[in-house]
Amino acid sequence: MITRTAVVASKTGLHARPAALFAKAAGEAGVPVQISKAGKDPVAANSLLQIMTLGVEQGDTVTLHAQDGAETALDKLVSMLETDLDA
Amino acid sequence: MTREVRGVAAAPGIAVGSVKWLAAAPVTSPDDAPGSDVEAEIARAETAFETVAGRYSAQALDATGPAADILFMTSALAADPALLDQVRADIRGGTPTAHAVTRAVTHFGEQLTALGGLMAERASDLRDVGQRVVAELLGVDPPGIPDSATPFVLAAQDLAPADTASLDPERVIGLLTVAGGPTSHTAILAKALGIPAVVAAPEAVTIAEGTEIVLDGTSGVIEFEPTAARREEVLALRARQAAVPTGPGRTSDGHAVPLLANVGSAADARLAVELGAEGVGLFRTEFLFLDRKSAPTVAEQSERYAEIFRIMGDRPVIVRTLDAGSDKPLPYLALPDEENPALGVRGLRLSSVDEGTLLDQLTAVEAAVKETGTPVKVMAPMVATVEEAAYFAARARTAGLETPGIMIEIPAAALRSEYLGAEVEFFSIGTNDLSQYLFGADRMSSAVAALHDPWQPALAVTIATVVTGAAKQGVKVGVCGESASNPEFACVLVGLGVETLSMAPRSIAGVRAKLAEVTRAQCEAAAAAVVSARTAEDALRAARAALGVDT
Repeated sequence: MITRTAVVASKTGLHARPAALFAKAAGEAGVPVQISKAGKDPVAANSLLQIMTLGVEQGDTVTLHAQDGAETALDKLVSMLETDLDA
Repeated sequence: MTREVRGVAAAPGIAVGSVKWLAAAPVTSPDDAPGSDVEAEIARAETAFETVAGRYSAQALDATGPAADILFMTSALAADPALLDQVRADIRGGTPTAHAVTRAVTHFGEQLTALGGLMAERASDLRDVGQRVVAELLGVDPPGIPDSATPFVLAAQDLAPADTASLDPERVIGLLTVAGGPTSHTAILAKALGIPAVVAAPEAVTIAEGTEIVLDGTSGVIEFEPTAARREEVLALRARQAAVPTGPGRTSDGHAVPLLANVGSAADARLAVELGAEGVGLFRTEFLFLDRKSAPTVAEQSERYAEIFRIMGDRPVIVRTLDAGSDKPLPYLALPDEENPALGVRGLRLSSVDEGTLLDQLTAVEAAVKETGTPVKVMAPMVATVEEAAYFAARARTAGLETPGIMIEIPAAALRSEYLGAEVEFFSIGTNDLSQYLFGADRMSSAVAALHDPWQPALAVTIATVVTGAAKQGVKVGVCGESASNPEFACVLVGLGVETLSMAPRSIAGVRAKLAEVTRAQCEAAAAAVVSARTAEDALRAARAALGVDT
């Protein structure tokens, strides 16, 4: 199991468009990825709905989890979270 | 006696017709008969979700701007794996298929609602997804816009993006919502479609299906059961607007006022041509830059500009160079985070951290001009000083674009228009941003929305200042802000000496019709009245009197 943390850059957090873009990318990662936020259970990163229920806001730190060997996929997702997806 | 209710004016125009409420959502129950074959039921549910998701994404492809974003997001909701997992589990547990969808949507909807704020707003999008999937499963019409042979006013608790995106202005002549606000998606889309709209009218719930109403999207007033005389009056008003559908903009005594369109895409440009725009007064180029990881190449930009130039043919086009930064960040440029984006590095100011973007853009525009032969000018947004105007003009001329202009949207630029005018060939006043900076009122804040009223006399005084300074340099002044699309205020702008008006394509007909009713002298009298008025309310009343509008 590997993990990566990211500070979410989008102004509206992981809401609507940013969350939809992220969930789509996570679904295309080729491996199951989970996302968690302090104080909440991890959820499937390919589910827009579950991501939204985490209530992630701009500046929040989130953690991504995946099986060993998925480093590249996680790094890509981290850089996505650290980009402003509202634009 | 006529009763009336009030809401918030959300899209201008007036309509008379009977009310039809948005079709009710199909209802499911745990007592519905479950399907006999569980796996077949699961497959049926999956197909229904896929169908609905597919419809949303097809709509998203046809839409532009905010509508496209919302529809894309809603499509993702309809394809959500967690939602489907829950539906599958529920069907396996013996729940009737359609009711399993209702339950899953309710479950996640409640979680979103509990989060409040922006997330809670998404609960209604999710509910919309659920209702459409249920309708698909039950084989009934999806909830939404009712069928009717005659045009009607569509009333709803609130409108989902999918409803508003598919509105046909020929069939739906007005919009009335119980909830929502003036900046809701309903309002934005109604304006773009040219449908008068009133939102946030809680008392509207009492209006029975089929009631005849007059809906005034300019004042926010709904009148019930209008008399025959009132009905005739409203129809005459609409007919007058439709009676001058084409031709160049001019006052009744023949003073020409070119009516131009604000466009951001090829689809907008086609619509502009169809609706008789005499050119493009504001071509927003942001769409090429936002939402991407690397800068568009010169060749790519040039091709997209040429596409729009070709649609416009010989009609003149004013290209605004990239208005991004801060509030509209560019992922591929590392820009500083700013506390007040509207006051930060945006528009032309981006050149101070990244000149290449501007130079590439000018090169690409010039290449597209060479290819198409369309008469094109370029202008820069967010210019505050003479140095900035001179800088932009020099770069444009070096690129081969001989008639550079600038947006006037910062009070400092307005006050110094004579000096800025010495540097460039034309001005275009962006009244939305100009109001924001003039009144110190955030455009995005509904709490200060009243200060964004074009009838605030300070705005007209500032525009008069720009025109006076520009005249000393022989510089032409146009307006490309929201205020140009208000037919009565458009007359005031003409009276102030503004030479061209640029607006959303759908707004052109209304402005053209109003101008055709008044003389230039009436416009000037209205302008003088607004400039010397004490308050916005006084300004509106005095201008209407000068323009011969019954109030």
